[in-house]
Amino acid sequence: MIEALLNYPLIQNAFLSGLIIGIIAPLLGVFIVVRRMSLIADALSHVTLAGIAGSLYLSQSVASLALLNPIYLGIVASVGGSILIERLRSLYKHYEELAIPIIMSAGIGLSAIFISLASGFSTDLMSYLFGSVSVVSRQDLIVISIIALVVFVFLFLFFKEMFVLSFDEEFAKATGLPSKWIHLLFIIVVALVIAASMRIVGILLVSSLITLPVATAMRISKGFKETILYSIIFGESAVIIGLISAFYLNLVPGGTIVITSIIILFFVILVKKLVLSLRVGRR
Amino acid sequence: MTKPLIELQNVSFQYEHTKVLHNISFSVSEGDFLAILGPNGSGKSTLLKLLLGIVKPLSGEIKLFGESINSFHNREWVGYVSQKSNAFNSAFPATVEEVVKSGLTKKLGLFRRIPKNANRLVRNALESVGMENYMSRNIGQLSGGQQQRVFIARALIAEPKLLILDEPTVGIDHENVQSFYDMLATLNKEQQKTIILVTHDVDTVSNRISHVACLNHTIHFHGFKKDFDTISNNKLNDWYGHSVRKIH
Ligand SMILES: Nc1ncnc2c1ncn2[C@@H]1O[C@H](COP(=O)(O)OP(=O)(O)OP(=O)(O)O)[C@@H](O)[C@H]1O
Ligand SMILES: [Mg+2]
Repeated sequence: MIEALLNYPLIQNAFLSGLIIGIIAPLLGVFIVVRRMSLIADALSHVTLAGIAGSLYLSQSVASLALLNPIYLGIVASVGGSILIERLRSLYKHYEELAIPIIMSAGIGLSAIFISLASGFSTDLMSYLFGSVSVVSRQDLIVISIIALVVFVFLFLFFKEMFVLSFDEEFAKATGLPSKWIHLLFIIVVALVIAASMRIVGILLVSSLITLPVATAMRISKGFKETILYSIIFGESAVIIGLISAFYLNLVPGGTIVITSIIILFFVILVKKLVLSLRVGRR
Repeated sequence: MTKPLIELQNVSFQYEHTKVLHNISFSVSEGDFLAILGPNGSGKSTLLKLLLGIVKPLSGEIKLFGESINSFHNREWVGYVSQKSNAFNSAFPATVEEVVKSGLTKKLGLFRRIPKNANRLVRNALESVGMENYMSRNIGQLSGGQQQRVFIARALIAEPKLLILDEPTVGIDHENVQSFYDMLATLNKEQQKTIILVTHDVDTVSNRISHVACLNHTIHFHGFKKDFDTISNNKLNDWYGHSVRKIH
């Protein structure tokens, strides 16, 4: 593995991208989970798929676009989808969650059309569905790094506002926070992270990397910062273990990363139960 | 005369179909301690939400600190404790310390981080509600009354000039209610903080407040506490129906 890391730039790219995503996905994931927006993340990943399938179709049919990196249209679709979801949510005031299946079906429908136009599944598309260790380009890595920078800047500027907004919306309104704007920025950043993560874990499993480490962290943490710290530790461990085992066992990393996350989750639940019963036993 | 901190002129409000407030006019001066009384559903919470800018009036004008509420930006001068402590996200993974600290958000302003010395402020705020031993506890695992006291601390930490409290003592035991009102009275007398309080325990607050407003969709009485004491129970019954009674 170390030798491969040193000698093969594609594997370097995959590993570095994975390390970055292992931080930013669970980091934003904490906010997504506590604000009960996990399903929105899922809907956005399917919209991203539509952008990617569209881009793959375009590069097949338009010669001058043959080398277009699908990540760009993926980002455009994801961000567009996030803004649309927000519009729909304010339109269906009392049925906000309706926005999710609407956008999700649109994403899947468009993907299906583009996939059939591009005459079926290609290995390329497969790598976007379930991730890949061997096709991450330098360009992908650069885009992912920029997105990570955007996430850090956003949270550096708005961390305390995001906390108030997530914890108690009425209090946020009463203190006169520009909730609407911060929320809109937040969902755009979420869209960016989803587009960034798909290269490694794949579209279908992005939301797992966003939610599973947080679900694990919430079992054992009392505070908010603590939850963030544990989420990143669990997310990063899952990515590292998942990527290494994908590399050696020749599997898709999406699968290995998510299954590792699940194993960590059950392990933590079990250890917690054990510790609790030991404590009770001692008394 | 001290300057009015709050002025309402002919303010009316309705939710989609229900009329809730009709032609409300009154003002609150700096240093006042006003209790708003009224039966369930009379629009007390709604009135507070208007003052906080959470909802907008259908008609009429609201001024805060001499400025129209629409252009009023110093929201950190106003501290708020809402009626339902369960309005917050109760499964939220946060410690008491983190929740109280978040009360500084508006005071610090956008793009500023919470300073290191905030811990001292958190401790002071928690001490004033007797919760200083719960700093690192998870907020969701406290009792309703304890949570409510944490939210009061969250409002106090930013040292607001005006405190707006919507039945803040619901779920708090008798002894702590007494000390809570004592604390409010001290804030009011010694620091000249203006306080607006919605409450049903008239008797407990009666010797600490300066003004009373009786609300039932419209203001039936607004004035000094001593004038309120001269109102007969019959009149109160007219305003509120049969269920309200003053006990002396
Ligand atoms: N979000 C809302 N949408 C529609 N109607 C509402 C809403 N909130 C309150 N109401 C209605 O407005 C009226 C006044 O409600 P409000 O909460 O202001 O009463 P209150 O005086 O605070 O009562 P309580 O003593 O029970 O707290 C009630 O009839 C209530 O049903
Ligand atoms: Mg109320």
